[in-house]
Amino acid sequence: MIINGVQIDDTFAEAFNMRGTRVIITAQNHKWAYNAANAMTGFATSVIGCGVEAGIERELTADETPDGRPGVAILMFAMGSAVLMKQLETRMGQCILTCPTAAAFSGIEGGDRINLGKNLRFFGDGFQISKQFGGKRYWRVPVMDGEFMTEESTGMVRAVGGGNFLVLAESQPQALAACEAAIEAMKEIPNVIMPFPGGVVRSGSKVGSKYKALFASTNDAFCPTLKGITNTQLSPEIESVMEIVIDGLTDADIRKATYVGIAAACALGSANGIKRISAGNYGGKLGQFQFHLHEIMNDESLKGAA
Amino acid sequence: MSALTFSLKTQPSQRVDMTAITPDNLAGKTISEIAAITLPVGKDNLRIDSLFDISGDDANEIVIEKSASRLDYIGNNMKTGRITVEGDVGSYFGYHMRKGELVLNGNAADFAASGMAGGLIQIHGNVGDYLASAIVGDKKGMKGGTVIITGNAGERVGDQMRRGIILIEGNVGSYCASRMLAGTIGVLGTVGEYVGYGMRRGTLLLTQKPKMHATLQDCGTHTLPFLSLMFKSFQVLPSKFATINKNRVQRYAGDIANDGKGEILVLL
Repeated sequence: MIINGVQIDDTFAEAFNMRGTRVIITAQNHKWAYNAANAMTGFATSVIGCGVEAGIERELTADETPDGRPGVAILMFAMGSAVLMKQLETRMGQCILTCPTAAAFSGIEGGDRINLGKNLRFFGDGFQISKQFGGKRYWRVPVMDGEFMTEESTGMVRAVGGGNFLVLAESQPQALAACEAAIEAMKEIPNVIMPFPGGVVRSGSKVGSKYKALFASTNDAFCPTLKGITNTQLSPEIESVMEIVIDGLTDADIRKATYVGIAAACALGSANGIKRISAGNYGGKLGQFQFHLHEIMNDESLKGAA
Repeated sequence: MSALTFSLKTQPSQRVDMTAITPDNLAGKTISEIAAITLPVGKDNLRIDSLFDISGDDANEIVIEKSASRLDYIGNNMKTGRITVEGDVGSYFGYHMRKGELVLNGNAADFAASGMAGGLIQIHGNVGDYLASAIVGDKKGMKGGTVIITGNAGERVGDQMRRGIILIEGNVGSYCASRMLAGTIGVLGTVGEYVGYGMRRGTLLLTQKPKMHATLQDCGTHTLPFLSLMFKSFQVLPSKFATINKNRVQRYAGDIANDGKGEILVLL
């Protein structure tokens, strides 16, 4: 399959069951909503080292938020409910409670209810106040800038993590430009985040290592500097490979994001040095979901998404 | 289906316990079965059809017409549906109500919404004392739900109230929010003396500064973000409170003679 001179590999991305939640963060203005959201989703690129994968889903206008202030929606994913709950509580305490004017609300109505501000209330040392409106419980915790307000719980749902595709290009700047274009387009898709820095990851990994202590190591088959000495997957003209990883609330959301991202990268075309699109998998043995690139790019129903 | 309507024939000579007439009690019953139900009247028990003309068939939508101030316990322990009352009612209107809706076009006597746990009560008129309060022997007053009063309320509004929202558009008597445990009371008019007496927690929202006793303390002026959330939740209610759109208040805390975690917020 070739799109605009870019070869789409007949392969698939392998993704996993995860647990996901959404939190709506509001503040006096978008600047401070982003300050809170950036802190909360910081150091959350991969579950391997960070516990959770988190990112900003989208910006919310004042009339979209529960308290009528500008806000940001974030998504957070983890491999299990226990670690998601733990991370959510820790990050709420260190990043939202601490951020001037910030407040946090549930972003998912259904699903299992997990603690959002339930335990943060104890920071109030007895001065905290509970309020119930419209069947939801909120906590008001007195803090030095006034009052910290948070909903007691948010919803946790079954989600999908690890959707991905690789961009193979003739040079590093060209690979990055294609990934930037892809991320810009993918940010418009709801229910997904691309958790790595700027949405792009350059250190794709394979399972296992020559060192016993490590269970993953560099994906040498896609490292351009090792072309001559390893079982490479790269043709001679490929000089740089970058990956975009996608976590989403459902597999349909990831399909949509994959389509939109690949379409945007391919729009630059071979004329701009974009040569191939591939995907990362583990032979289909580990993940519960497979996203076949050919099938997605041929899916007529996704065409409107871009 | 038309509303199941009970029209009072004559003013009863004794107080009537209306507990039996709720949508959940009457569901699935025929008119003749309903007519045969007896209500405690004074020390007697009288058939419903000796007191009321009965018409209609939708037990989920009950209407009580020509109501009088001797009809007590309307909506007692109600769990579903709606009761609309035309005329005055006696005491314990919506007593221990769980769910559903009560609409009163008239005045209610004492202990309206006492022990209420959920649902909506609208009273287009005045209420007596002890609105949403605990009766003697109960440890808590109102425990949930929403009460809207378009007229005035008497003394001890929300005494030992535990949860829920009371919105009063008129004036309120003395000891408003006394011994309140939690929840929200809003008053657009004036309140009498000893507001928040023994108040432990909860929020009393006022539009004008009341006369305060010594154990209520001024905590200054504030713009409280939770108020926008609260007023947004009021927007769906059929009440003047739906139009409030400011969140700047003077905050008084108290009663510090009883833990002092309650608050009186006066809109600025």
